[in-house]
Amino acid sequence: MSSTAIRPKLVAASPAERLKSAAPLLLAPVLAGLGFAAIGDGATWLTLTVAGLAMGLMIFIMASGLTVVFGLMDVINFGHGAFVSVGAFVGFTVLAWLAGWTQSPVVMLNLLAVFLAILASMAVTGGIGLMFERVIVAPVYGHHLKQILVTMGGLIVAQQLIHVIWGPDAIHLSRPPSLQGAVIFGEAAIEKYRLFAVAVGLVLFVGMRHVLRSTRIGLLVRAGVENGEMVEALGYRIRRLFLLVFMAGSALAGLGGVMWGLYQETITAHMGSEIMVLVFVVVIIGGLGSIEGCFIGALLVGLLSNYMAFLAPKVALVSTIALMVGVLMWRPQGLYPVVKAK
Amino acid sequence: MINRLLSGDRPRSRLLAGVLALILIGLAFAPFLFPGTKSLDTAARICIFIVLAASYDLLLGYTGVVSFAHTMFFGIGAYGTALALSSLGPSFTAIVLGTAGGTAIAAALALAIGLFSLRVKAIFFAMVTLAVASAFAVLVSQLSGLTGGEDGLTYKIPRALGPAFKLMDGKIFGVRINGRLLCYYLVFFSALVLFLGLLRVVNSPFGRTLKAVRDNAFRAEAIGYRVVWYRTTATVLSAAVAALAGALLAIWIRYTGPATTLSMEIMIDILLMVVIGGMGTMYGAVIGATLFILAQTYLQTLMASAEHATEALPLIPLLVAPERWLLWLGMLFILSVYFFPDGVVGRLRSRR
Repeated sequence: MSSTAIRPKLVAASPAERLKSAAPLLLAPVLAGLGFAAIGDGATWLTLTVAGLAMGLMIFIMASGLTVVFGLMDVINFGHGAFVSVGAFVGFTVLAWLAGWTQSPVVMLNLLAVFLAILASMAVTGGIGLMFERVIVAPVYGHHLKQILVTMGGLIVAQQLIHVIWGPDAIHLSRPPSLQGAVIFGEAAIEKYRLFAVAVGLVLFVGMRHVLRSTRIGLLVRAGVENGEMVEALGYRIRRLFLLVFMAGSALAGLGGVMWGLYQETITAHMGSEIMVLVFVVVIIGGLGSIEGCFIGALLVGLLSNYMAFLAPKVALVSTIALMVGVLMWRPQGLYPVVKAK
Repeated sequence: MINRLLSGDRPRSRLLAGVLALILIGLAFAPFLFPGTKSLDTAARICIFIVLAASYDLLLGYTGVVSFAHTMFFGIGAYGTALALSSLGPSFTAIVLGTAGGTAIAAALALAIGLFSLRVKAIFFAMVTLAVASAFAVLVSQLSGLTGGEDGLTYKIPRALGPAFKLMDGKIFGVRINGRLLCYYLVFFSALVLFLGLLRVVNSPFGRTLKAVRDNAFRAEAIGYRVVWYRTTATVLSAAVAALAGALLAIWIRYTGPATTLSMEIMIDILLMVVIGGMGTMYGAVIGATLFILAQTYLQTLMASAEHATEALPLIPLLVAPERWLLWLGMLFILSVYFFPDGVVGRLRSRR
């Protein structure tokens, strides 16, 4: 044995490298600044920014489930939009049952009704997620082409079943009175519901970060994303973890569906597959499998859509595609690539 | 001779050969065998969708790439022809110019998307194409000054292709020989040539390499084939053929709008056609498109009568209502992905 043992050499990251990893964090403030420069009017800008944040956070709720499912199981669920639609319709049904509470002027009863609607639709979509995973996705693990096709088929069937159960027409979904109207903030009018959506989204983001970073389940999920076989070899039942995460992702889509339905105030069976376009853009921008990237991507997409809807309404959706192209030119794997080897 | 035309890719099953011959004869003599405007329209649609589904199969079945932008290329071809016809007036020059322009734009766009997203990961491509195609559809309906928006474009086609143009007096087998018939045969022969061309492509060394890329991209790369180049070329080729199919549709129905060319429903239709017919064989596209268009046109009538017959029962009438036909096709789709990944054609071939 030679005595020249190789010592690990620890080098502190240079400021340039630190900036490189933190750069995506700056994107949302930079975009908001650019938006301010382009719009010029402070009150309008504030209204649009809050609208953008609300939209972005609702998209984040839907997209986070998709991206974690992909990161952990290497499954991309094109039927995710079906859970969004089902969630919205279940929420609508529950709110219709609780009409007495939603109509009452008491704020707590209103919020309780919305809360119950959200719980019910999360339970239902979580349950459907269980069935979806077992029946539709489980036979095609590890086979991307079949996954895309089969989950697309699941989406078609689910949309048609919504038509069978709730009828083919678009349904009007009205918000409870305490979530209607706007608060005046300086000269800017900010809708109450948007503030509510921002609050829910932020709480969810912080909660998810906490679960993923500081709990045992989160540890297993992160380890599974990194190397699933090793987690299995250490004696954990990764199949059960898959199922749990898939159900959680579906339930989040249901939550997003209720929130989005209340935001749009009209629900259709196709609303899920329509919003999926933005969800995919967000997931791609963020980097497949990354919660933080997904969060930043959702904020960027929400802000940009609202600014562009004001500045140049015709190209609003195209601008988000341009954003995606720009981000991929800069970082071909998305802002924070998590899934490296797969 | 036949072997040369089919590029050595024979049906390899007597039953399949019979069905294909039946479809060919049915389409070739459609105006005489099934007189009537509706059935002629159905036949022309079948021709167009065979080409569209076959070009999609080049991507999905032979290259193993899932694209959701196929209707975008289809739409670009249709809009190219439609815009040329409505701005230059009804002439064959306009048709040629519009078709060429649309096809070139579709190919260029496919090249851009392919180089951009096939580099990273195949699954990226599915998501990127879905996003781009939706944005394109919205853009087309927004730019109403150019494209007519949601209403689409209505235009005239050259007089020689219209019903008012008479080739000869009198009738043959009770059918008037007019421009509409000429138009049908224009569609039919263009579709036939395009289909045989695609068959040629997939049975060439290039097509073999595509299959290798599909089955094991890593190994293909290791042997020395540039996977990205092959995938991108297949994307461009299939986009160009889809644009040509779109041009045929634009000429045939004399109207181009978002609902007939760009909608997600049509994308799902194509997906169903290819998967139910059989991925990875061009004949699957023929069978799938024919079955699907016939089902679309005639199954709904059947379901309406089923709905009528089960009126007294609960729930069942809701499930068999004619608007719900996609429900059953969706289930058939899932089942065929699991149990018959080779579709109808694979089934027929395996039983001999």
